[in-house]
Amino acid sequence: MSTTFQVPTMAELMAKGETADILFWVGCSGSFDDRAKKITKAVAKILHACNVKFAVLGAEESCTGDPAKRAGNEFTFQMQAMMNIQVLEGYEVKKIVTACPHCFNTLKNEYPELGGKYEVIHHTQLIQELINQGKLALKGGELYKGKKITFHDPCYLGRANDVYEAPRALIEKLDAELVEMKRCKTNGLCCGAGGAQMFKEAEKGNKEINIERTEDALETNASVIATGCPFCNTMMTDGVKNFNKEQDIQVLDVAELIANAADL
Amino acid sequence: MAIIIFSILVVGGFYWFSKNVMQVRSNILLGREIDRTDNASERWKTMLLVAFGQKKMFTRPIPALLHLCLYVAFIITQIELIEILADGFSGSHRLFRSSLGGFYTFMISFIEILSVLAFIATIAFLSRRNLLKLPRLNMKELVGWPTKDANLILIMEIVLVTFIFMMNGADEVMFNRGISHAAHGVKDSFNFSISGSLGPVLFGGLSDGGLEVIERIGWWGHLLMVLTFLNYLPYSKHFHIVLAFPNTYYSNLEKKGKFNNIASVTEEVKKMMDPSIDPYATTGNEGEVPQRFGAKDVTDLTWKNLLDAYTCTECGRCTSSCPANQTGKLLSPRKIMMDTRDRLVELGEGIRKNGKEFTDGKSLLGDYITEEEIWACTSCNACVQECPVNIDPLSIIVDLRRYLVMEESKMPTELTGMMSNIENNGAPWQFSPADRGNWINE
Repeated sequence: MSTTFQVPTMAELMAKGETADILFWVGCSGSFDDRAKKITKAVAKILHACNVKFAVLGAEESCTGDPAKRAGNEFTFQMQAMMNIQVLEGYEVKKIVTACPHCFNTLKNEYPELGGKYEVIHHTQLIQELINQGKLALKGGELYKGKKITFHDPCYLGRANDVYEAPRALIEKLDAELVEMKRCKTNGLCCGAGGAQMFKEAEKGNKEINIERTEDALETNASVIATGCPFCNTMMTDGVKNFNKEQDIQVLDVAELIANAADL
Repeated sequence: MAIIIFSILVVGGFYWFSKNVMQVRSNILLGREIDRTDNASERWKTMLLVAFGQKKMFTRPIPALLHLCLYVAFIITQIELIEILADGFSGSHRLFRSSLGGFYTFMISFIEILSVLAFIATIAFLSRRNLLKLPRLNMKELVGWPTKDANLILIMEIVLVTFIFMMNGADEVMFNRGISHAAHGVKDSFNFSISGSLGPVLFGGLSDGGLEVIERIGWWGHLLMVLTFLNYLPYSKHFHIVLAFPNTYYSNLEKKGKFNNIASVTEEVKKMMDPSIDPYATTGNEGEVPQRFGAKDVTDLTWKNLLDAYTCTECGRCTSSCPANQTGKLLSPRKIMMDTRDRLVELGEGIRKNGKEFTDGKSLLGDYITEEEIWACTSCNACVQECPVNIDPLSIIVDLRRYLVMEESKMPTELTGMMSNIENNGAPWQFSPADRGNWINE
């Protein structure tokens, strides 16, 4: 599946003497993880369909340093931050959208003190804005009509940054039935990937966190678990597989739901 | 004579309390500096809502209502304490009754109703702990002193309420007989809401002398209980009734996801990235011992972390919401706070006895908190969100990790790999940075 339009890099635009209104920060997961790449494409398609003048950094993008920082390695984090800030400065970036809450949190909250001040928004917030401005019509609206969809709050979007409504507003635009898990919003249970856990084995315990969370989701009898984070997506997908429920319940990013419903 | 004994007790009680408070304060100030003086209006608002208004308690309505009964009763009962102090110092009896009239009857009646509610709440709390054995109130970090501490506080509250009703109940019967010191020779009733009927039922059969004894036991007992309670606070988890207010005032007002950037690291990184800086140049502060990265012991934490530890009343909402704890891992955010306080008390004690340079070879990390505990954290902020008095266990966990990683290079091996991948490839996995844009054409 190749994108039918060209996603420009900041460097390409600059060579043509152009600039982008917004930088799409893809993130490591969105760049390299096969499942997460599909989310990245969905976001790119939506931005393109809405005529948003956006670009990516491509090979010039580098890890924000989030997993290093959460694991306690402040040196690696700040090295990454300073390098990224230099690149962003070079392109005079003012506004960033990202589909990864970890990148979102780091760029938005931790870069400013190090000299990187941008307006940073999560892709669900931008998509909500675009739909509200009438730039995107959900013509395939029948696709999710009446279906039960539950939303798993990513910790770094929800509790960490108080964004709870944008992803839910989008699900409601699908004409779907938004069903909440028993633990949601401020109360939401982590998927188990944060704090650099994604990159290590869990400590000894009696259960995996993503299994505990998948049980919450299965209890709702939803046909879709929507997320807004590539790491949550991985954890929930693994959880669903663990229960052999892949046939009954899909794990999709909110951007994918919207892209499907808009027939992109 | 009574006035002298009373004065010694009250002055002595408050003296000891302030002495202990100053000791706690000097322990807290062993922590590192952190600026929490900005945005005073937002801070007052947070304190008013979270501490005074109990806002975060109400995410769990049943304990919130029970707690509210105790909290309101505690605050309003202090009005009665003012009269006890006035009576004690002046040798009078129910000094405010004649001047306040109907309002006095109303206030004492109100206090009595609240006291009954507090009594019921206390029984409920004791039952939740000891009979219903609520999981979060019966975890392994509470074995021993913490459980005793919790029960002792509740029992003291019951005793206090008992004294209030002994005092008011016996005085009511004495007033009925015309022998109350409130109005000698007048036969009447105080018309208090509870003791007006409870007093005659309980003490109606006693002799005049017996009543006098019960009334005095109630009065002196109330005073002694208050003073005991006051001096028990600095040693107990119950200190939250005082520290909840400053602790919420000094809350972190930033987004929960924002971790602080270590300033000394910023300086180093800037030097590394600026080719014009001479790496061998003197900085002018050679004599200074550089601050440790992260935290090994309590003195490496900020004073706010330490204030958090003294404020914690061990309710366990943090631990019961922790994903690691729920799935059987060793981590319990409550234990992180309890360990921090215990270690701080131990270290503070040593420093007071042996001077500022005191060391005992022990540290928070290792002797109290294990590496396994801190590596189980997902940094999900559930514990921070849950705490009814805005305690932040996560920032302690992160500082302990920073010490391990940056000072000792100790971490799970997979994380070493992840970090070197970031350093070498700009991604936590082994992918070439040149392939970052591949998704576009795939």
